[in-house]
This record gives sequence, C-alpha cells and structure tokens, in this order.
Amino acid sequence: MTTANGAPTKITQGSKSKGGIGESTLRPDGTLKVTGEFAYSSDMWHEDMLWGQILRSTVAHAEIVSIDVSEALAMAGVYAVLTYDDLPAEMKHYGLEIQDTPVLAHGKVRHHGEPVAIVAADHPETARRAAAKIKVDYKELPVITDEASATAPDAILVHENRDDHHIGHVPHPNIVHRQPIIRGNADEAAKKADFVVKGEYYFGMQDQAFLGPESGLAVPEEDGGVHLYVATQWLHSDLKQIAPVLGLPEDKVRMTLAGVGGAFGGREDLSMQIHACLLALRTGKPVKIVYNRFESFFGHVHRHPARLFYEHGATKDGKLTHLKCRIVLDGGAYASASPAVVGNASSLAVGPYVVDDVDIEAIALYSNNPPCGAMRGFGAVQACFAYEAQMDKLADEVGMDRVEFRRLNAMEQGTLMPTGQPVDSPAPVAELLRRIKAMPLPPERQWESSEGSDVRQLPGGLSNTTHGEGVVRGVGYAVGIKNVGFSEGFDDYSTAKVRMETVGGEPVATVHTAMAEVGQGGVTVHAQIARTELGVAQVTIHPADTQVGSAGSTSASRQTYVTGGAVKNACELVRERVLEIGRRKFGSYHPAWATAELLLEGGKVVTDGGEVLADLADVLEDGAVEIEAEWRHRPTEPFDLRTGQGNGHVQYSFAAHRAVVEVDTELGLVKVVELACAQDVGKALNPLSVIGQIQGGTTQGLGIAIMEEIIVDPVTAKVRNPSFTDYLLPTILDTPTIPVDVLELADDHAPYGLRGIGEAPTLSSTPAVLAAIRNATGLELPRTPVRPEHLTGKA
Amino acid sequence: MRVNFTVNGRPQEADDVWEGESLLYVLRERMGLPGSKNACEQGECGSCTVRLDGVPVCSCLVAAGQVQGRDVVTVEGLAEFAQQRAEGGCASGACGTAGAAGTTLDEARRWQAKGADSQTGEGVELAPIQQAFIDAGAVQCGFCTPGLLVAADEMLERNPNPSDADIREALSGNLCRCTGYEKIMDAVRLAAARQSEGV
Amino acid sequence: MDFLRPASWEEALAAKAEHPTAVPIAGGTDVMVEINFDHRRPEYLLDLNRVGDLYEWEVGEDSVRLGASVSYTKIMENLRAELPGLALASHTVASPQIRNRGGVGGNLGTASPAGDAHPALLAAGAEVEAESVRGTRRIPIDEFYTGVKRNALAPDELIRAVHIKKADGPQQYSKVGTRNAMVIAVCAFGLALHPETRTVRTGIGSAAPTPVRAKAAEEFLAAALEEGGFWDNGKIVTPSVAKQFAELCSAACNPIDDVRGTASYRRHAVGVMARRTLTWTWESYRGARNTAKGAA
Repeated sequence: MTTANGAPTKITQGSKSKGGIGESTLRPDGTLKVTGEFAYSSDMWHEDMLWGQILRSTVAHAEIVSIDVSEALAMAGVYAVLTYDDLPAEMKHYGLEIQDTPVLAHGKVRHHGEPVAIVAADHPETARRAAAKIKVDYKELPVITDEASATAPDAILVHENRDDHHIGHVPHPNIVHRQPIIRGNADEAAKKADFVVKGEYYFGMQDQAFLGPESGLAVPEEDGGVHLYVATQWLHSDLKQIAPVLGLPEDKVRMTLAGVGGAFGGREDLSMQIHACLLALRTGKPVKIVYNRFESFFGHVHRHPARLFYEHGATKDGKLTHLKCRIVLDGGAYASASPAVVGNASSLAVGPYVVDDVDIEAIALYSNNPPCGAMRGFGAVQACFAYEAQMDKLADEVGMDRVEFRRLNAMEQGTLMPTGQPVDSPAPVAELLRRIKAMPLPPERQWESSEGSDVRQLPGGLSNTTHGEGVVRGVGYAVGIKNVGFSEGFDDYSTAKVRMETVGGEPVATVHTAMAEVGQGGVTVHAQIARTELGVAQVTIHPADTQVGSAGSTSASRQTYVTGGAVKNACELVRERVLEIGRRKFGSYHPAWATAELLLEGGKVVTDGGEVLADLADVLEDGAVEIEAEWRHRPTEPFDLRTGQGNGHVQYSFAAHRAVVEVDTELGLVKVVELACAQDVGKALNPLSVIGQIQGGTTQGLGIAIMEEIIVDPVTAKVRNPSFTDYLLPTILDTPTIPVDVLELADDHAPYGLRGIGEAPTLSSTPAVLAAIRNATGLELPRTPVRPEHLTGKA
Repeated sequence: MRVNFTVNGRPQEADDVWEGESLLYVLRERMGLPGSKNACEQGECGSCTVRLDGVPVCSCLVAAGQVQGRDVVTVEGLAEFAQQRAEGGCASGACGTAGAAGTTLDEARRWQAKGADSQTGEGVELAPIQQAFIDAGAVQCGFCTPGLLVAADEMLERNPNPSDADIREALSGNLCRCTGYEKIMDAVRLAAARQSEGV
Repeated sequence: MDFLRPASWEEALAAKAEHPTAVPIAGGTDVMVEINFDHRRPEYLLDLNRVGDLYEWEVGEDSVRLGASVSYTKIMENLRAELPGLALASHTVASPQIRNRGGVGGNLGTASPAGDAHPALLAAGAEVEAESVRGTRRIPIDEFYTGVKRNALAPDELIRAVHIKKADGPQQYSKVGTRNAMVIAVCAFGLALHPETRTVRTGIGSAAPTPVRAKAAEEFLAAALEEGGFWDNGKIVTPSVAKQFAELCSAACNPIDDVRGTASYRRHAVGVMARRTLTWTWESYRGARNTAKGAA
C-alpha cells in the first residue's frame, strides 16, 4: 500500500529562529502554513481513495420505522452503505465520559442531524447522490427542548435505560448531572444584606466555528487494522472510543494527527473518525471524509446554552453577603462533556469574588436540542456573563463605582473558594481591574474626518446606516475566573519522548508527543523548552501520533502546563542521563563534574559558574539518549455530590476586560471600538503567542456578545441557521483594537511558574461588551447575544 | 468535461471534471494544490481566495468550467508572483510563464507536504506578505492564512500605503477564528512598511 | 448536469431556447452556493462568462446601459457619479471577493428580496433588458419582481443589461445587517431625489416578499416638498415631514420574522433608514443648490 499524501513530517527548527522560554520565537510550522504546503486533514489524499458521506436525520426526535439502502447500494461508483445493523462489534456507542452516543442511529434519532447511515463512493457527488437515495421512514416523537419539557411528569426519556454513574444522584433521568455547591448559610447571610439583586439571564448557543472542517483519511492496513489521519484535540481519547466499536485492539488502530484548522473544544468529541474507519475496513480502500460547513454545524457539539438565576446581596458598605444561584445548561441529546461543564459552572459560579455563604446548583439537561459539550471557557463562560451583570447592578444599588465595587470584593491568594479549596497561588483580581481601568480611553468620534464620516468606523460599517446619528458611547468592565487543567479527580497527565543526539556534529533534540497542535503554538513552546533545558539550537518536532503515550487534550488551557511540563520533565531526565555519560567519560578530567551544578548550554556542558566542561558532541558521539516519561500535575479531588466541597481544581486563571462600544441606539447596531484586556499569565513562555491567544479568545467573546448564535426552533428542535451566512462570526471590521496588558506573577506549583491562558480571555470579554452596551443604552439586556431588536424594543 | 487553464504560470489540464465542481475542488483534488482552503464553500470566509485573471475571487464560487483559458494564481504561486512583480514583470495577474512545462496530473498527485527538506522551510523564498505574517505572529491554526495572504497581497499592490480602515475593508471578506485579527493587522502594516522602505 | 459554454450572446440565447431549464451562471455567487450545498442540481448550467458584452456599460444621455455581468466593484469604481445609489448599494454587497464577481444581472435573476441592488434600482428607476431568440423587451423594474425569488422573465429569456436612469439628484442607500461587513440584509432602503421631475423614489429590500417601493411615502413627500416650496427655497425638511415619510415607508413593509430579524424590527429600521437617508439626500441637495447659487 502506498503512503498517504499529506502525512505530516518532522519539522526541524533552529537555523534561523532560535530562542528558549520567554522569547517570542516564531512558529516552526509558519513557513509551511504561509506557502500552502502545510497539510490539513482535509488536504489528505490517497491513491484509489473513496469519499465517505453521512446521511443525517432531518428531524429532531423520531422512531426509525425503516431504512432502505437498496437503491443507494445499486448505484455505480458506490462501494458501501452502512447502517447500525452493519456495525461489526459488540460496542456500538461512544462518548467522552458516558458512552451514550450511537455510532449510527439505532431505532431512534434524538437530535436534528444525527448520523443514520454512511456511504463510500468514488466521487463526493456520487456519495451525496447515493446518500440522498437512502429511504428513512421516521415516526416523529414530541421534542424535549427545555427544563420544563424535560422534567414534566409525562416527559419522554431521551435515554431510556441509563446506567451511567450520574443516574443515582440526579433528580430526573432527563438530567445528565447535578452539582450543588453549599457553603455557609446563604439564607442567614441574606439577612445581613442591605441590598439584594436578583436576575435571570440567558446565554445563547455558540459554535466553535473552527475554519478547518471535520475531516480525515482512514487507510486500511495489511494486518487488518487501520491508520487514521485526523484533526482532533486528543488522539488517545479518540483511540479509546474508536477501537472498541471497530472490534479491534488499540494497537491495530494507528492514529496520526493531520493538520488541524482550529478546535476551541469542538474536536474533543468524535465526528467522522469511526465512520471513516468503518468504511475503510469494509471496502478495503482508503476513505476520506470532509464535512462541508452545513454538516459541520451538525457534526460537533456546541457551547451549552444556559439559563442562569442569580441572587446576590451586599451590605451598604459594599461587601457581598451571599449568593444563591441556579444554572440550567442544555446538554442536548447526548452527554458529551456535560458533567464536567456542570462541575465548572457550579464551582466557578461565584466568580473571582469573596462570598462566604453560597447556595449554588448547576444541572445539565438531556433534550432533543443539538448536543452540547466543550467550548473554550467550558461552563465558566456562562456563569461569568451572569455574575458580572449582577456586579454592575449591585454596585449601582450600593452607589459605588463598578470597578471599585469589584476590587473591594475581589478574591486574592489565600481566599477559600465556595468548594472550600484555598487559592494557593497569585490571584491578582484587584490589580487586573486597576490596570484595565487605568488604560487611556480611545478618542471619541474617530469616524469623523475632513471628508465626512467614515462609515467603516461607525456602527453598521459598510452598510452605511449612520453618519453619526443616534450613536452613543458606552464603557463596561468585567473580570472572570477559569480553572486550568482537568479537574475533579481526573488523572490528568501528559507524556513526552525526548531524544538527544548529534547530527552533523551538532546536537539536536527531538520532541515527540501526542499533543494536538490546533493552532495554539504548542509546537513552538516545546522547541523553546527543549532549547532551554538541553542547550541545543536545533529542535525537531516529531508528528503527533499514538506511537507515544497520551498527551491529554488540547483543551482546558492545559497543554503548555501539562504537556509543556512533560517535555520539561523528559528533557530534565535526558539531561541527567547525558551528564551521567559525561561524568563517566570525562569525570576524571575535572573535579567540577562531581561537585558543581551542571547545565547544558550552547551545545556544551557547563558549570553554573559558566566554565565549559565538554562539548555535547563529544559526550554523545554516535549515541543517542531517548527517554519517554509521563508527567502529572498535582492531584485533584471530586466535588462532594451534596455539598460540592473538595479540592477540585489545579490552578486558576484570571483576565479582565474593558469594552468601549458605540451603539446606534435607534437601529440597535453596535461597533466595538476597543476591547482592552489585562491578564495574569504566570510566566509568558512565548509572549507573542500569549498575546495572540488573548486577542483570539477576546474576539470569540465579542462574537457571542453581539452576533453569534445557533438558533434552534423551539417547536421542532431543528437548527435554523447552519451556515456562515446566518451564523455570523466577527469580521476584521467588527473587531476592534485589543490592547493587552500582561502580568507575570509566578505560580510556584507550575512549570516555570506559568499559568494556563487560553480560556480566561473568552470569559470576561462578553460581559464587558454587554456592560458597555448597557452603559450606552440604559437597557437591562439579560441575554446574549444581544441583537438589534433587543436594543430597539422590537424583539 | 475537460478544462484547460493556467495555474501559477503553468498550463494545466483537468479531465473528467463533474460539471458542478468548483475551481476550488479542481485545484485541491485534481491539481494537487490544496493550499486554497475549503472552510465554508459559500463565499463567506475567503479561505479559498485566489486571483482569477488578477482579480481576487472565492474559488469555491467559480464553476470549474468557467476558468477555461483563464489564469489563476494561488497561495502556492504567491511568492513567485510577488517576485515577478518586484522585478517589474506583469503585476496584473495575467502573467503566465509562457512556455513553462505544465505539471502533469501524475506529478500533481504525488504532491505532499514537503516542508523544505523536512525542515521548517527556513530559507524558502517568500513573498513579503508571507514573511510578514510569520514575523508578526499572524498565523495560528493557519487555515485562513492562504486566503488572507492572497487578498492582502492584492490590496498592497493596489494601495501601498493603506490606512487601518483600508486594511480592514479589504480583508473584510476573510474570516479568521484564532487571532482576533490584531496580528493580521500588524502583519499587513509590517509588509506595507517594508515595501515602502524597499526592504 | 451539463455545462454549456456559449462563446457569444447569440449562442447563449440559442442555448437557453433549446434548454429553458438551463440555469445561467455568471459570477456564481448564488448558483455555486446552491450547488456546493446540494440544494440544487440543474440539468444544465449556462455559463455566461465568455459573453464579453455582458461586462460592458455605456453611459447615455439619460441612462446607463449596464451589462448584466458588470461587477459591483466596477460599478463602485466607475459609475459613482451616474449611479450613486447603486454604487452605494454595491459597496454593501458581501465582500471584496464577491463584489469582484457578482453583478446586477445575478441579483435580478435570483430576485431574492434580500438582493442588495434592488432598492437602488427601484429608487433610481430602471428597465431590465431581457432577450430571447424571440426578441428583446424592456421590463420596467416595478413590474420585474413577481414573488419570492420569482421574476418576470420567460423561461427562454436571459438578462442582457439594465437601463438605469442617471441620477438627476442625490441618492442614498442604507442597509441593516447584524455585522459591519459581509452580511445579508436584515432590511435595506434606497432613496433617490429627482429634482428634474420634482419627485422622489424609494426602494425597500428584505421587508416584503419582493423588493418594493413605498409609493404612498413617495407621493406624500413629493407633495410636501412641493407645497412647502422646498425644491426652490432649499429649506430644511421639517421633522414632522421626515417623520411622516418614515412612517409611510415603514407601512409599506410586509415583513416576516426569521433568523435574521423580526418583522417588527424590520418595519422600525426601514423607518429609521428612510428618515436618515432623506436627511442625507436633502442636505446634499441643499448643499449642491447653495454651491450653485454661490457660483452664479
């Protein structure tokens, strides 16, 4: 069998862009990406390859009366048509935590767009035409779309025979998981409040909308196994779900990370992986599947929409007294990451504030809406939107400046979380707020020029809706708290294999992990760590695959922390081994080999005093040192199911935003003029990448504030806008300047003192924009995204 | 059907093209040129931007049959295109390298990610806009990058000293989900500055 | 599917006569989306890219004959003086890449109520030059839109050009979308002052099953301007006139609720745009008048 075209190759960096940690070295894959040579999963190609196509349900909830594939199978160019009945193994379901998702629908579909059958054909158009010829007879069932319909006495159960480990503690089988957090006595504390503010908020369904569609290539192998090239966030998690369904041992399913065009949580769950493998194994031919944008909206989970009920109290001198809150997340038809999202939403529901008496409850529903799961911010985003709106209302009630009110109640190092967990590293919440407020404001009326109004700088932009009429400026602030890494007792580890050898007289380090590079720049950081720890210039990054141990997920802001930590750890072990070799070979020549602290620098073994003891080339000669090792962050505990108490989180991450908006108050159109961010990153391993992450996360928060929302019909539970025509992402004309103030307060528990950074900026960006719009309009605006009709009273 | 056209200065022929295929599909699946990206296939994201007779277009919305006899420049040809423009060659986009041998279908199909000798591609000749994207940190996942490069390069050809609002308008048809566009702005400003300094 | 590639207009007409179900494709910005998303599988695609004269325009004494495939970019660059409303509308179309390919012929052929050109054509006054092997006819723009995505073309007809009245006064165009660029209209409004005939014309997009004019509003405004002697005295249009004009424009809408906006919002927004574009065009008219007076 010939090889797959576009399979990733090793990338060596060092002749031009050097630099260890703390430097803004450039991406090792940068040149490949700007020349078009970097192969993404949708670029993969194989001789004799077939194209896979998925037939998806056209209704949200129905019994499948019959499926007839005969016409499709009879078409020229069609190689296979598979349904549930063709699944080869005992295991026919998959799922991140709960295996409740059928590989292909079995007797019933539970959401619009659920996979029902799959086709392999010699051209994508043939595959599409064949899929269209499959006849599925549905008998529609009533749809469950919200908490009321899910928990009604006569509610149909979305999953009839649950046997997962949450079923014992949920109040209703249509609730995936429930997590209360109880601390102190909220009812008693409420009596001390001089002001009580209540609010009900709604957070819309957001899509990750990564640009590279779900795609991959499955190549059957001679040993009866399969090699899958795919864009994912976690190869080993995929593998654990794929192999049992194929009826293969894990070593017969080889996985290689193909180029990933963004992820943001949307690739944590499986999409086309099993389908492509099934078709490849059935036909004996390589099978490629590429979703188009329409299908992509059905092909991955979304951010949970949420209803949030909040009650806060404060004394007249501005101290928070208590919090009562209830967060209802809609998990849709399958569990995906819902349980963990519930854990985050509840444990972070209080925000970065000191509140001793809390009564918090978060639940996720099963419904017939689209399945929801991981997206950047993961439960903390929805909560932040609500508690930050509450903080503004409370500050106004108390009569304090909104930023000063937050600073007064801000948590700090040593504060106890509502879970009872102490915050044991810097928590500069008040300082971030101070910094964001101190930034100079952008000048007013920037649209005015000598040639009249520049509509590009006005609400409505190129659409020419205002030349300044009705435009009012508003300013808003918000701050948020996000956990870093996998929580609640999860064994969260990464593996790194580091090899050191001499090539052409020069020492080279090779780093091999299974980390999914999804654009975040993990590969850049791994090379930097290897240079810092091993004193080499040249570092080769090995493609990510399952030939090395798991690197965990590229999510939860964890990769630099955990896989970065694993690379650092493996480098340290390699260094020790190299020094041992050096001692053996040269120890007798210089006493410092035995007595001094030794480092690897500039391709040499040096003492901490800077004295050179040997060239690495002489130490290594023709040999190589290679070590593969796992590395873990400190363990966490599950939250108590009744009280929510427990040291559930690893680390926290904080960001604050100030939004400046201009609102056309008559038309309800918004121009975000500036969205400034201050964030503590612990230690910026690569400052350029850090700022890029903060600006990108900030912009995703802007999107859900004013334009992004998957709209699900409340009557049919069908998605109404599965396209980039009607699911709007911010363009470059919608995105403002994003000044970033980076604070570096080391967390002593983390490698290099770093703090996971990817998600925090997505939290506070949204409430800051909403606060600014409220400031401009005087409206309450309890939902996001806010649409023109909400700003004009025409909803 | 059969379609003959010029891609990056070289004559190309595609056979057995299904009539509903887009230029994007032909480039990616038949010419071995997957640099132009398939992010939305409805003209909303700009990831598939190429120059058709010099004009930036979404190649997903050009029917393959419509490019018969025409001239296409993709991200794969951008460096060479910019080089020729800098040397005072044709800047319109209609400047095929006359007489150059075409890539055969077989050669095209043997395409794979090269990465310049398994290296980072350091040392590869790049267009100024490509270098600026790398230097400014404008590339994250990189899926939007090819389309943005083609669009930004064309804007700088027309407007060597763009204001920020000009840059934003010219790139408003190219979605990026990773960067928040700030580093893309930096990259275009950087390329414009280097261009005006003659670097 | 068959791909027809006529090399000339005559060949195109012959092909359309032979295959009346053939779908014309020029910029591809509507047709290809439908094909890519599997919404449409026409038996024939009729490529008009090789018909050169569809890309040409002629500026005549009273009107511009605009070839059906002249791109929005070309309209913005070359016809801003003659067709200011359409040039403004062109600037709101999608993205630079789409404006480089799409033209008015496609907007008319698709006849979506959300097509950006329609309100500008309605306001300026235009005729669609339709042709078949049977002959040529000119369809007044007011009679062209016959239903949601339906137009007055016969199955064997193709759009060759649009004859648009040259501006004899200020024109404006405004469109509401929930994004600052690259957005389909939630609703749109075009306004043209015609000082020569002392009339005004309007066009409303995305707020009724078809693009429509607000005729009652036009008549009201023309009468109010006439009565107040505004055309001659160049005074500011009184707020009450502007308000009533806006209300009548809103009343001309017959919108629906959809994912892009509510009916109630559309009605409201059309009124706001009507008032604003009236102010802009009238200010421009007064400015031009005062400049002319100063020069005299």
